[in-house]
Amino acid sequence: MNLTVNGNNTSFQDIKTVTDLLIFLKLEPETVVVELNTLIIQPESYAVTTLHDGDQVEIIRFVGGG
Amino acid sequence: MLTIAGTEFRSRLFLGTGKFSSSAVMAEAIAASDAQMVTVALRRVDLDNPDDDIMKALSLRDYTFLPNTSGARDSQEAIRLAHLARAASGSSWLKLEVTPDPRTLLPDPVETLLATEQLVKDGFIVLPYMNADPILALKLQDAGAAAVMPLGSPIGTNQGVLTDFQVEIIIEQAKVPVVVDAGIGAPSHAAYAMEMGADAVLVNTAISVAGNPVAMAEAFAKAVEAGRAAYLAGMGQRSKQASASSPESGQLSSDLGFLS
Repeated sequence: MNLTVNGNNTSFQDIKTVTDLLIFLKLEPETVVVELNTLIIQPESYAVTTLHDGDQVEIIRFVGGG
Repeated sequence: MLTIAGTEFRSRLFLGTGKFSSSAVMAEAIAASDAQMVTVALRRVDLDNPDDDIMKALSLRDYTFLPNTSGARDSQEAIRLAHLARAASGSSWLKLEVTPDPRTLLPDPVETLLATEQLVKDGFIVLPYMNADPILALKLQDAGAAAVMPLGSPIGTNQGVLTDFQVEIIIEQAKVPVVVDAGIGAPSHAAYAMEMGADAVLVNTAISVAGNPVAMAEAFAKAVEAGRAAYLAGMGQRSKQASASSPESGQLSSDLGFLS
């Protein structure tokens, strides 16, 4: 399955849900916000939100800023 | 006490968290500044460094986080970032920033007003970063902004409060707190804004790029307190005409009849 994650088009194997993707990317779910095709996914839905070929995923977190 | 949207703040110094050399220095500087409100930005996670997380150094419990919408070039981008920020922080505080021109980073007044109107409807506590325009400040206030944040000078320039003439009018007219933001490059600039009657100042670059950010944070804390105290004490009027500090009667010169 091909996903565009943070602007990079990448092929993933064995990934079905947002939770699978975060585990694969070694990201702790509580430290990020996930947007799927410009819709924010609530953390409690990560495990049941399935990803599809061509999906646009943004994974965002706080950084230093003014 | 400063109250914004029903929340009380003992400290009138808000700190930005950008451009620190490390998270440890940032956390120590914030502690030294006594700030209770800190700004943060939202960016894509660096997937090559999944552990790089500023929130490891800061606790949501210890500070009021004020996420900004930096990078937004119009109201729609700002609104999208605002909703992401709320999902990330679990709170509705927002520093609204719409800066279409990367060279000046000056805020777009029209898009800022549009975004404020929408975000207030969406339940956000909106603190818009704005040019020091008294008319716009009133419009943002009427749109439901919880405070207004006029710039002293462009972001990161350390030039101080070049907009003092307009900031004074904004302060005079405002019914919401006025936070002077951007360009404050020295403790004296912060003190000056506070002496004018600003309710708070937001400082980032001047502290984060200082030789010793922790010591500079302390210096800013003192300046903000001094400026506030001076404002409350009642500043003397400025005048072009000299006015002697020493008594004008009983001078030797007049008694002796020379130099008169």
